[in-house]
Amino acid sequence: MNRFLKILFFALLVKPMVLLGLGLNVFFKAKLPKQGPAIVVANHNSHLDTLVLMSLYPLSQIHKIRPVAAADYFLKNKLLAWFSLNIIGIIPMQRKHIRDTSVLFAQCHRALDDGDILLLFPEGSRGKPEQLSDLKRGVHHLIKSRETLKVVPVMMHGLGKALPKGEMIFVPFNCDVVVGDAIPFNSDAKCYIDSVSDALTLLLTLCMTRQSVVKDDLE
Amino acid sequence: MFNIPTHSFYMMIFVVILLVTGSLIRWRLQVKNPQTDYLELKQRIQSWWWMIGILFGILLAPTTISIIFFALLSFLALKEFFSIMPTRQADRRILLWAYLAIPLQYYWVASNWYGMFLIFIPIYVFLFLPMRAVFIGETKGFIRSLGTIHWAVMLSVLCVSHIAYLLQLPVKNEQAGALGLVLFLIFITQFNDVCQYIWGKTLGKHKIIPKVSPKKTWEGFIGGVITVTLISGFVAPYLTPLTMVQGFVAGTLIAISGFVGDVVISSVKRDLAIKDSGTLIPGHGGLLDRIDSLIYTAPLFFHFLYYLHY
Repeated sequence: MNRFLKILFFALLVKPMVLLGLGLNVFFKAKLPKQGPAIVVANHNSHLDTLVLMSLYPLSQIHKIRPVAAADYFLKNKLLAWFSLNIIGIIPMQRKHIRDTSVLFAQCHRALDDGDILLLFPEGSRGKPEQLSDLKRGVHHLIKSRETLKVVPVMMHGLGKALPKGEMIFVPFNCDVVVGDAIPFNSDAKCYIDSVSDALTLLLTLCMTRQSVVKDDLE
Repeated sequence: MFNIPTHSFYMMIFVVILLVTGSLIRWRLQVKNPQTDYLELKQRIQSWWWMIGILFGILLAPTTISIIFFALLSFLALKEFFSIMPTRQADRRILLWAYLAIPLQYYWVASNWYGMFLIFIPIYVFLFLPMRAVFIGETKGFIRSLGTIHWAVMLSVLCVSHIAYLLQLPVKNEQAGALGLVLFLIFITQFNDVCQYIWGKTLGKHKIIPKVSPKKTWEGFIGGVITVTLISGFVAPYLTPLTMVQGFVAGTLIAISGFVGDVVISSVKRDLAIKDSGTLIPGHGGLLDRIDSLIYTAPLFFHFLYYLHY
């Protein structure tokens, strides 16, 4: 039943909105992992990021795409929690009071074992519009026991203008989605995170809308 | 057939024959040189089939549907502009108001309110958007933002809506009908793009504006203007109320302004250091890359025709 609702939600709402309200310039879509287990690491500027990434997948596969999202935000009330867990299918992640990483990532590991594709936003928060914040090291905890796991970087640009943090009103913009090459494994967490960061920065140069941002005092 | 005025019907058949010829030529090229990759050419032709198919379908539909389609075209063009041009985070709400100008502008078209159609964007929208921006209160970058936004609205809403208004003019050439005017404008504009390209490819030597568009040459430009002027003179009496001599002038006007529209959008892209304005049309780039010349030819052809016959 929930899977049916999920397909309806993406077929009738998300996909048409992404097509008409946004409009995507997708580059190198073929590099996206088609089957799990795999991880997609992307930059994060808007709630739309998750929906856009999921909309790139066919409806038949959408239940295999699992965004990892902050538990304190998405589970804060019953309705939002139901929607996040059942319609979007998030894996809730505790952002605070982290003691035991194996407990923290247990659900992620289970999903990967099931052959799901995880969407991770290593910036941890949406941050300022169209700026890449420092990346958290969580991804590395997740992959250090899975050296062969495919981790694909995706840079999105423009969504922080369409619906930035703290704004309720959506404004139509074309957005870039650039998929990069899989990131090679490195046992050193810092080196690994740096290579993710470098990959995302490189992909940004391919974005058509990259010139459209003007700094102003409202930031 | 389908109650299509005969001349417009023959014009559509002619365009379809051109497309079939193009497809066959590409197919023969591929058979002759199997190693060469004709992917881009293939995509271009396929996209032409789609564009022509959609355009003909829309023109044969009731006028209201055609007008809604051109409103959608304006929306996509304006969205492309806003997505590539620098605007401030503080401008989001102004951009939303700019988008709202589209349904209103096309409502004036649909209700045949000519005066309002003409002045709505150059006066009301022009005066309103800065006022809205003042209430947001961000003055840093104010001039540049407001200038950019209004410029984009003028090009992609006011200019494009002139195509839709052609459908609202009283029919003066019964055999071509209202759609004859749109077919003429779009065909001659695109034909000019092709002619300038072909003349430039075969004879081109002297560059016109190397800083903006290194491939544009005087030979291509002049060859295009002459060819289009001649063809337009013969086609115009067939599809529009224009006489042959007026058709020659319309052809020259479209050829020159089409060239200008092309290089204006090229300058925008060069300024932003991007090759295409989007990826909406496979093999062509964005919508603006395709309708760049039409943005200039539509209002100029419209007012030339209006002055002489309405």
